[in-house]
Amino acid sequence: MTEYVTRFLVGGAVVSAFAMLGDVLRPKSFAGLFGAAPSVALATLGIAVYQHGANYAGVQTQAMIAGAIALAIYSVTVCHLLVRAKWRAVTATLLSLVVWLVVAFGLLIFTRGQT
Amino acid sequence: MTRVHFSPSSLKEGRWYEYLIRFALGGAATVFTGLVSSRYGAFVGGVFLALPAIFCASATLIEKHEIRRKREAGLAGERRGQMAAAVDAAGAALGALGMLAFAVAFSLTADTGIAAAFLGASFAWLAISVVAWYVRRKTRSVRSARTKQRANDALIPRSH
Repeated sequence: MTEYVTRFLVGGAVVSAFAMLGDVLRPKSFAGLFGAAPSVALATLGIAVYQHGANYAGVQTQAMIAGAIALAIYSVTVCHLLVRAKWRAVTATLLSLVVWLVVAFGLLIFTRGQT
Repeated sequence: MTRVHFSPSSLKEGRWYEYLIRFALGGAATVFTGLVSSRYGAFVGGVFLALPAIFCASATLIEKHEIRRKREAGLAGERRGQMAAAVDAAGAALGALGMLAFAVAFSLTADTGIAAAFLGASFAWLAISVVAWYVRRKTRSVRSARTKQRANDALIPRSH
């Protein structure tokens, strides 16, 4: 239980710090870089290294590569849905999570099939 | 070309519960990643290190703030809000390239030393994100200058 409370507090603090940095930076397109900052990764990897060692964290970041590619495609999808389809941000960002999941796990299955 | 700068007054636009929501979402995403890793292993859990959970909240808040600002000025701000969120999404797409660099750098250097892995990966994220943003910005300004030039050329009457 303590582990998950620690995860929650560390994750919340790191994510909030990056989000606030994004809030105060201008122009907005530059601030957007912080929307894809590795905040959850920094918090999770720190705990993973402490609990399981560097190899465990290394394996996690290998899979994170697929997640990051999916994030790029997800962000472009959200951008198009907002500009062209004129969806509201909440709808566009939540429904595009399906795109993120399909691309991320598609890449994961594909790379596993290759090895 | 607008220079990168700090605008601390932007923090005043946020309400206390918006910061609380972001904190809770960040915490929840970190707990979720830990749960998936312990249930399905480090490899499957690792994918969720790049989960755009926070981005959903950030984009929604940006849209909301823009709409509020326009309403205070007596204008309907829905479209403006969508466009502001879209600009943020475009930035996030470039930031995702940085995140990709972070993941590659960390996985390559994890064996050499953990401090070096964290520092190297963070530097890779920042460098690639900023370079990608700068290149896109430069490309866009060159393209818009060319479009303006072409429009001006079309307006000038030809004497022959």
